[in-house]
Amino acid sequence: MSGLPDPRLPTGPLATAWRRSRDGLPLISPLRKRQLRIVVVGSGLAGSAAAASLAEQGYQVQLVTFHDSPRRAHSVAAQGGINAAKNYANDGDSVERLFADTLKGGDFRAREAGCYRLAEISGAIIDQCVAQGVPFAREYGGTLANRNFGGSLVSRTFYARGQTGQQLLYGAYQALMRQVAAGRVELLTRREMLELVTQAGVARGVVCRNLLSGELETYTANAVVLASGGYTNVYYLSTNALKSNASAIWRAHLEGALFANPCFTQIHPTCIPSGDAYQSKLTLMSESLRNDGRVWLPLKAGDRRPPDQIPEAERDYFLERQYPSYGNMVPRDVASRRARELCNGGHGVGPGGRSVYLDFHDAIANQGSEIIEARYGNLFEMYQRITGDDPMAAPMRIYPAPHYTMGGLWVDYHLMSSIPGLFVLGEANFSEHGANRLGASALMQGLADGYFIAPATVTAWLAEQGATAIGPDDAAVREACLEAGQRAQGRIEALLAVAGTRPVDSFHRALGQLMLEHCGISRSVAGLGAGLAAVAELEAQFQQDLRVPGGADEPNGELEKALRLSDFFGLAQLMLRDALAREESCGAHFREEHQSSGGEAVRDDQHFAHIAAWEHRPGAAPIRHQEPLSFSLLQPSTRNYQ
Amino acid sequence: MSGLISLTLRIWRQRSPDSPGAYASYRLEQVSADLSLLEALDLLNEQLISAGERPVGFEHDCREGICGSCGFLVNGQAHGPQAATTVCQLYLRRFNDGETLVLAPWQAKAFPPIQDLVVDRSALDRLIEAGGFCSVNTGNAPDANAILVGRDQAASAFETATCIGCGACVASCRNASASLFVAAKLAHLAQLPQGQPERAARAEAMQQQMGREGFGSCSNQLECEAVCPKQISADWISWMHGERRRTAGSGG
Ligand SMILES: Cc1cc2nc3c(=O)[nH]c(=O)nc-3n(C[C@H](O)[C@H](O)[C@H](O)COP(=O)(O)OP(=O)(O)OC[C@H]3O[C@@H](n4cnc5c(N)ncnc54)[C@H](O)[C@@H]3O)c2cc1C
Ligand code: SF4
Ligand code: FES
Repeated sequence: MSGLPDPRLPTGPLATAWRRSRDGLPLISPLRKRQLRIVVVGSGLAGSAAAASLAEQGYQVQLVTFHDSPRRAHSVAAQGGINAAKNYANDGDSVERLFADTLKGGDFRAREAGCYRLAEISGAIIDQCVAQGVPFAREYGGTLANRNFGGSLVSRTFYARGQTGQQLLYGAYQALMRQVAAGRVELLTRREMLELVTQAGVARGVVCRNLLSGELETYTANAVVLASGGYTNVYYLSTNALKSNASAIWRAHLEGALFANPCFTQIHPTCIPSGDAYQSKLTLMSESLRNDGRVWLPLKAGDRRPPDQIPEAERDYFLERQYPSYGNMVPRDVASRRARELCNGGHGVGPGGRSVYLDFHDAIANQGSEIIEARYGNLFEMYQRITGDDPMAAPMRIYPAPHYTMGGLWVDYHLMSSIPGLFVLGEANFSEHGANRLGASALMQGLADGYFIAPATVTAWLAEQGATAIGPDDAAVREACLEAGQRAQGRIEALLAVAGTRPVDSFHRALGQLMLEHCGISRSVAGLGAGLAAVAELEAQFQQDLRVPGGADEPNGELEKALRLSDFFGLAQLMLRDALAREESCGAHFREEHQSSGGEAVRDDQHFAHIAAWEHRPGAAPIRHQEPLSFSLLQPSTRNYQ
Repeated sequence: MSGLISLTLRIWRQRSPDSPGAYASYRLEQVSADLSLLEALDLLNEQLISAGERPVGFEHDCREGICGSCGFLVNGQAHGPQAATTVCQLYLRRFNDGETLVLAPWQAKAFPPIQDLVVDRSALDRLIEAGGFCSVNTGNAPDANAILVGRDQAASAFETATCIGCGACVASCRNASASLFVAAKLAHLAQLPQGQPERAARAEAMQQQMGREGFGSCSNQLECEAVCPKQISADWISWMHGERRRTAGSGG
């Protein structure tokens, strides 16, 4: 593969584009479908939905996940909700409005056809989930309840208390298990994909490590679907599950799949901050807390007094000061950036000065403790469980944490990567969120990809292959499998052979600190350059001083972690390069060189209204391709929250 | 901020399903009491690796009480002493300085051992496979508001649907019964109109599968309810036992 493939965008009016494309796609007879094999990697919303839907059509599906059960995928942790343009609230919502919000939210760095399709499919997702028995919240009259989420002007978010992701995942999981019972899905749990098999440039299967026996297993297929989630754990501490990783997409990238916009990562402002060096997780607190909580820091840098001893006049309610109209409700990236600046200036509180106060004192005084308790009781409990402190008595401490990755493998309108036969769904692809994702839109995208888009486009691709296509059982494919297996074997042996002194996590912690510092909330030429050098140096140390105990032929958690981390090193360097090359500030990507005198992001539509798609070259610097973005329904506008 | 704490951990060590297992003792000296128990195991593992020993195997992922991966016995109690809490959300400040904690894997015939604190809980997936779903293909759904569901009824269905499949109910039951897990899934779907067509068949199939997997039957000890991190009520088990009578003749 080389160069940027045709993104296969639809022509004609956007409003009918997906329907027209879908209706024009070639089909396959049910009889032939039964002879075709599809491997799906990942059992989150995207993977489970795709595997179930493809199996329902009659394909033979194999589902690979490193978890012990598909139900454990990281999607289970999503809290807030899922958007859909149903206009059940009769507040003027429509497909056009959800489309516009998504495109604007992404700061005009996504494809408009993709955003439109997502909005169009959103309603059918809710229908599907309800039919599966997903117990969404309801009104007394029995209709579905909606709430307002993430600064949207309409109420279009469907939810199941604070466990929306869990309930949606169980819906998809149950649909999947129904296909397992029907004999059309084979579950391959406790398997980690280590390599993609390509033959003559076409995806033909995957090599996995059986996490119990350590054996390398090869699964060949007529099409491969990656739904392996995002790469936020490159930052080590994040809101993601600890085992979420980038290996599936990174290995595909090394085999030729383009990687799009790797530097677009989202930092969430309201997380429980890190205390001890051994803390393993930054737990997300719902953004809704900012509705009533006031964010502040001591006016004087280095003020170490406990919060109740800092008088009103010596507090800086910095968001209210800097953004008089939006106040504490400014968007995620703005809130995160301002908190970081002040903490860097020595105003931060808590261990290491890495947190800000979120204070409910005034809300309790004005509205009464009962109302505030009723509204946030479960969140306060969660906070107290983790920190041991009661937010009703003293201000909470919060700090921004890495949360979501908009970047991912480049895909065309059919969700096919630049490797024919390799499809990428959910957070693993780069698709519709541009430079910044809106709340409650990731679940929508994962399920749109899995239930509705991939089942149509994978079928179309298989149909186009015709009867003469080389099958996965061909001798050349067997040769390619052997080669991929040797690559995996070689990497395992190399890691076990290092015999150094330091455990994997000590390197991962160090990588996370470097990435947060140089490629986090705020980025600069000097910082990114220093980051590149430091990551390369750390990778070299990793290769010399790593210690992985145990062998390759048994359950070996340290080996699993080492394999994942070795892939994060490569990805981290690509993120830094991408951030360096994008000489503008857009969405969550803030370049210090590109800001207004008032400190606001300055986007450069003339030079950067494009998707950056990186091509890997063995032994040479990667090539940055550009897919230009054009807009017809909505013209790029500037965000303003002042 | 709760200062420092020292603990002794007595942990079940077993390299593989067919190798013999035994308890081994480890000391954690002056570690932050703000660590979770799993973070304390992370720390212990780094020490073991540096000393050239095999780290302790345990399951985890989300570390926020929702994925259901974690779970072992702490001093004989599934998920430890704190109510409504998975072991990943259990913090050292809950314990006394100098205390000894005994950590052991779930013990049940249907959960074969794998390594150290890790067991195989795939039997729970097979219970769902036996019928824990609504048979509806993608693309066949009517408008989501076409069928109304009362607010309280939906909320009650949700409560039962929050089971995270951790297996603590099984591990705490002297009969190693999966009744709470099965009842929760049956109740989730039976309380919704979408679950009605297959209601009787589902109840039958899932309970039969429970026997085939080697789970025991329920003798109302209520230990399951006490350890369930999602506080699913054992009343649903008696409700389940009435399902056969209630759905008799419904044919579905
Ligand atoms: C705390 C939190 C709250 C959130 N809340 C919301 C919300 O309210 N609304 C919203 O829209 N979004 C939310 N999100 C984002 C959303 O949850 C995720 O973007 C989405 O669930 C990702 O789904 P996925 O199917 O793409 O991947 P995942 O759910 O991450 O699944 C990945 C799967 O791939 C498997 N896998 C990965 N690599 C391999 C490999 N190499 N080999 C084998 N298997 C592999 C894993 O086992 C897993 O099954 C939240 C995220 C977090 C962290
Ligand atoms: S019923 Fe409770 S204890 Fe049993 S598996 Fe479900 S969440 Fe765990
Ligand atoms: S690690 Fe997910 S529930 Fe404990």
